Amino acid sequence: MKKPREISTAVKRSKVPTGIEGFDDITLGGLPAGRITLLQGLAGSGKTIFGLEFLIRGVRQYNEPGVLISFEETEEELTANSSSFGFNLQELVSSGKIAIDYMSVNPAEFIETERYNLDGLLVRIEHAVNSVGARRILLDGIPALFYGFSNASAVRNILLRLYGWLKEKGLTTVVTAESETEMIRHGLGRSLPDCIVLLTEQISNKFATRYLQVAKYRGSLHGAGEFPFLIGENGISLIPITSIQPAYEVSSERITTGVPQLDTMLGGQGYYRGNSILVSGEAGTGKTSLAAHLAHAICQRGERCLYFAFEESEHEIIRNMCSIGIDFQPWIKEDLLRFRSSRATMYGLEMHLAIMAREIKAFQPQLVILDPVTNLLSAGSFDEVQAMVTRMIDFLKGKAITGLFTTLTGSEFQESPGEVGVSSLMDTWIVLRNLEMNGERTRLLNIWKSRGMAHDSKVREFLLTDRGVELVDVYAGPSGILIGTAREAQQERNVVEQVRRKHDLNKQERQCKQRRAILEAQIASLHAEIEATDIEMEQTHLEAEQFEVTTAKMHLGEAKQPGRRLERQKKKS
Amino acid sequence: MATMKKERTHSRVDEPQEIWQLRLYVAGQTPKSMAAFTNLKDICENHLKGKYEIEVIDLLENPKLAKGDQIFAIPTLVRKLPQPIRKMIGDLSNKEKVLVGLNLYPLEK
Repeated sequence: MKKPREISTAVKRSKVPTGIEGFDDITLGGLPAGRITLLQGLAGSGKTIFGLEFLIRGVRQYNEPGVLISFEETEEELTANSSSFGFNLQELVSSGKIAIDYMSVNPAEFIETERYNLDGLLVRIEHAVNSVGARRILLDGIPALFYGFSNASAVRNILLRLYGWLKEKGLTTVVTAESETEMIRHGLGRSLPDCIVLLTEQISNKFATRYLQVAKYRGSLHGAGEFPFLIGENGISLIPITSIQPAYEVSSERITTGVPQLDTMLGGQGYYRGNSILVSGEAGTGKTSLAAHLAHAICQRGERCLYFAFEESEHEIIRNMCSIGIDFQPWIKEDLLRFRSSRATMYGLEMHLAIMAREIKAFQPQLVILDPVTNLLSAGSFDEVQAMVTRMIDFLKGKAITGLFTTLTGSEFQESPGEVGVSSLMDTWIVLRNLEMNGERTRLLNIWKSRGMAHDSKVREFLLTDRGVELVDVYAGPSGILIGTAREAQQERNVVEQVRRKHDLNKQERQCKQRRAILEAQIASLHAEIEATDIEMEQTHLEAEQFEVTTAKMHLGEAKQPGRRLERQKKKS
Repeated sequence: MATMKKERTHSRVDEPQEIWQLRLYVAGQTPKSMAAFTNLKDICENHLKGKYEIEVIDLLENPKLAKGDQIFAIPTLVRKLPQPIRKMIGDLSNKEKVLVGLNLYPLEK
C-alpha cells in the first residue's frame, strides 16, 4: 500500500541541488539523489573544486552535512585551496558540518604480505559519515588506491562494497577520476554511476576554456553539449547561455534612444525594451556616442547600465563623452553605470561570455552595451563570434535586458553590411556611415531595419555637437542629395536665392508700376491730343460753314440766282 | 579478542633495551585477523622475547583510530617503536617478509 507513495516521493526528491551556479539549471535540479556521480577530468580541470563546492554549498545552502574523502590532497591543502575560492572549510569542519579524511596511499610506507582486505577504508568512511550525519560525500582521487595496492581485486572488491553501502545509505556521492578508461580498467565502468559529468579544457586560438558536459544522466533530461565554465573567486560558475527553452517575455514598452530626432525616426518613441540593437559603422562614425546616449538616457530613468568596452578604457570613454555633453560621472557615483573594459585578447571567447554573463547576473542591469563586438574577432573566428553574440542576445532577451551591440565595419560598407553576421538577429539595426565628398567627411545615419515599429527610412546627417548627437535632414534638391558643407552651402544659397527673388519681384513690380504710370501719362496726353483734334475739327467745320455762307452771298450779288440772293438779302436786311 | 590487548614481557631487565611497540589493526574477529595476531605473536616470541608490546586495535569499535596511522588494509601491523615507523599489511603468514619488514634479521644472528 505504501509503496507507490514512496516511489512518488522518491521521484520528487530525486535530485539534489549542488548550489553550483548554472549546474542545477542544465541538470534540471542537480545531481541524482542518493546516487553516484562520476566527475571525470584531467588534473587541473576543476574536479576537486566542483566537489568542494558541492559539499560546502550543501551545508550552507541546503543544510546537508558532508564528508570529503581525499586521496590526493591533505586536509591543510584542501583548506588552503578552498579559502582561495572564498570558502571557509576549516570553519565548517570545526562546527561539525563537514568531515575530512585524507587517505594517504603511499606504497612506500608499507610492506604488503599475503591476504588482506581494505575494510579499513570502509570503516573510516563510515566513521566520517556518521560523525557529521553526512548526506553528501565526495571521494576525490579514488584511483590512487589502485596504484597503492598491488591486489587490484581487493581494491575493486572494496569499492564495489563501498558504492553499495553509499547507495544503501542514500548518500549523494561524487567520485572523481581522471579518465574513463582508468575506471573501466578497474572494473568500474560507465554502468556504475548514474550520472557522468565531464570536465575538459580546450584550447582554441591560444585561449584555454573550461567546459563541462553532462555525458550521462540516468532517467533524466539534461542540457546537452559542452557548457563553458569559470573558476572565479566564488567558485565554479557555469553559464548555460544557450537556454533550454528560448521563450522570453516580450515587452512593448518603449525607451528613448537619448536622441530626440532618432526617437522620431523610430516611430516617435525609441527602441523597444528588451530588444537587441545593432549599431554598425566604420571607425569614427559615432557608434560609441550613440551608445552613450542610450546609456545616459537609461541612467536618467534611474535604471542600470553595464557597459563592456573592448576598445577604450572607462576613463577614455568618460572623457570623450564629456566632449559631446554627456557626463557619466554622476551615474558612476550612483552605481547606475558600470564599465567593464577588457582587451579582447585577454581571454577566449567563452571566457568573455562567461565573465559578461556573471557580471550581468551580479549587477542586474536594464541595458547592456558591447562596444565593439567586432574586436572579439581577435579572440575567435567569425563563426565563433557570431555564435557568441547569438547566445548573448539569447541570454539578454531571456532576462528582458536591452542590448546594444556595436560593430566596426570596413570601409567597403556595401560589400559587407554586417561584419559579424549578426544583423539578422537584431531587432533594430542602425547603420552609420562616413561619406567623403567635396573634400570633407560627413557622417550619415540610417535605420536599416527596426522590427515591429514604423520607422523612417530616410538617411539623416549625423552631427556630433557639444550638446550631443543631432540628426539633420539631408537636402534633396534638383541637383541630387546634398550633405555636409554642400548642404549648408545649398541652404545658404537657398536663403540668398529667396532674398534675391523677393528683391527681383519688388523691382519688377516697381518697373511695372512705372510703366503703367508712363502709359497712363501717355494715355492722358493722347486724350488731350484727341481733345485738341476735336476742337480743331469743330473749328474747321465752322470755318467751312462761314466760307459757304460768304460764297452764297457772292452768287446772289451776281443775280444768277435771283431767288436765293433775294432771300439772302431779305434775311440780311 | 578484546578491544585493546597489551602484552608485555620483560626478559632481561639488566639490559637497557628499547621496547618494541607494535600495533595490530583489525576489524572484528575475522580469520585473517586471528591469523595475523597468531603469526605476530609467534615472530615476537622467537625474535623479541621480553622486549615487545602488542596493541590490538579493533577498528569496528574504535574507527577514529584508523585515521592517525592511515589504515586502509586489514590487518595492518604498525611498528611504532623503534623508529622509523613501519607498516605491514596482510595476515603476516609470510614469515620471511615480516622479518625483513620489521628489520629483525640482524637479531637472529
